[in-house]
Amino acid sequence: MSAVFRFAGPKILRAGLSILVVVTFTFVVLRASGDPALQILGPSARAPDLEAFRRHWGLDQPLYVQYVRYVLAALHCDFGNSMLAGKPALQLVFERAPLTLALMLPALALTMLIGIPVGAYAAMHRDTWVDRSVMMLTVFGFTVPSFVLGLLLILIFSVTLGLFPSGGADRPESFVLPVLTLGLGGAAIIARFTRSAMIEVLSQLYIVAASAKGVTWRQVVRHHAFPNAIIPVLTLFGLMLGGQVAGAVLVESVFGWPGIGQLLVVSVANRDLAVVQVILLLVALTMTSANLLMDLLYGVFDPRLRGTNSGSQ
Amino acid sequence: MKTATVETNRPSPRTVDLPTLLAVGWVLLMLFTALAAPLIAPYEITSIDLRHRLAPPVGFGGTMLHALGTDDLGRDVASRLFYSIRTSLLVAFGATAISVLVGTGIGFIAAYFRGLVEHALLLMIDVQASLPFLIVALAMLACFGNSLTLFVALMGLYGWERNARLARGLAITASAQGYASATRQLGAHPLRVYLRHILPNSAATLLVAATVTFPEIVLVESGLSFLGLGVQPPMTSLGVMVAAGREYITRASWMLLAPSLVIVMTAVAVSVLGDWLRDKLDPTLK
Repeated sequence: MSAVFRFAGPKILRAGLSILVVVTFTFVVLRASGDPALQILGPSARAPDLEAFRRHWGLDQPLYVQYVRYVLAALHCDFGNSMLAGKPALQLVFERAPLTLALMLPALALTMLIGIPVGAYAAMHRDTWVDRSVMMLTVFGFTVPSFVLGLLLILIFSVTLGLFPSGGADRPESFVLPVLTLGLGGAAIIARFTRSAMIEVLSQLYIVAASAKGVTWRQVVRHHAFPNAIIPVLTLFGLMLGGQVAGAVLVESVFGWPGIGQLLVVSVANRDLAVVQVILLLVALTMTSANLLMDLLYGVFDPRLRGTNSGSQ
Repeated sequence: MKTATVETNRPSPRTVDLPTLLAVGWVLLMLFTALAAPLIAPYEITSIDLRHRLAPPVGFGGTMLHALGTDDLGRDVASRLFYSIRTSLLVAFGATAISVLVGTGIGFIAAYFRGLVEHALLLMIDVQASLPFLIVALAMLACFGNSLTLFVALMGLYGWERNARLARGLAITASAQGYASATRQLGAHPLRVYLRHILPNSAATLLVAATVTFPEIVLVESGLSFLGLGVQPPMTSLGVMVAAGREYITRASWMLLAPSLVIVMTAVAVSVLGDWLRDKLDPTLK
């Protein structure tokens, strides 16, 4: 029990600290610069109106008072109201969240379903033309920005072939192009990573040993090489999530997808601070917990890591 | 003996393969375009020609008058493209320089002080690494508004955490080596040890890191400009052009394709070049 705690404790503490740093950063940067009163009411607003607005939102208080209030409110899941919509910012974000998740989850699945087999296949056919063309393609996979890829897909499949709608989120077909756009770039990264992990594993002595004792190559790959290669790939998942979040902002903009990404862009353009803060915090929270989860799972999958603090040395 | 050493150090012609040559060619072309944009652009980027709105490029029914066609206001796409390359490369160069400088500075500070300072900096690095830069940039843009100088500074935050981590590692390794402790024991000021001895010895690796950062900044900049939150009109950048082209995707796809092609080609070329540089300069980084 204490060994588990010694392994997990510092990681959890670090994750908590990270969240606190993000909260502080968000708060300081968003509050310290610019005057939201002027932004919302416009430059022609009268001074008393500006004053009333600042008082109403607590913008006339010293910064540390605002900060303490903010952190306390955040602990109660109260992130203030959207200045534009007049609704609680959290509610506004949660209304949009299902649509963004409906894009990201299939895209993440696609990333793994394409990336892992392609990478493993390329590794097992190393230095053949298949391997080389896959590697060439993956370079394009992560140098073509998602908004360009999305527009190219629209140009080919909507404008020229008329197969899929170019925007909106109202029909099942609407999902195809945005999910493809979001998934393909990630698949390229996963494919490259799987390939190098697989090549690394295939050169290990235990693979030679397994082959030498007469196990078929198929069995060697399935039971010895692949399970060992897949562990580091899984940890990439946390990193991928960040790329997917950023990609979703652009992809939603390309396809007119009414998710969190569009909400963020509109809120940034209008300096709707409460909403921007909630989204930033939500992203930080998701990413930190995903990374923490991966760290902990890594310890479960790979017992050697747990041993470093206790016993084995 | 001396000539033999020179011979082995010189890259033999065979090690430069075709993709690398093409990449070098493309990067040089882009640099030339960026520098010479005012000279080679046939039109002003804001000069409107309403009689030639949405004129197609040469080869698709257009004339040499507008070789890459015109946009919705009859502005010459080629001229706008040249200036966009200029803006995008300017932003990316400035930002990459800032990112490497800031990252190296922070990394060296962490390596020098160790202890609590190092832990605090490592925490910051972790936090930045766990947040998608685009989201952070959007939040900052909402606050600081949008002059070009501020935008470059903001883009300069891209990748600082990676460079800082790298610089810290390099500095810690270097400090353990003979030359650093020798200068230190001769009484050199820490600044001198770091700037005159450790920095030059880490420069190659940091340069390679810069070639990774550069194309990524090109992509982030064009993404933000595409969202309408990056480079602002009347200035133009590759992302601004793509965003404008999106509105006319059915009628004038060249407005979209020309800048998209440049973005993709440049990002691919720089990363191919980066791979080659890495192999040449830093065999340990493979």
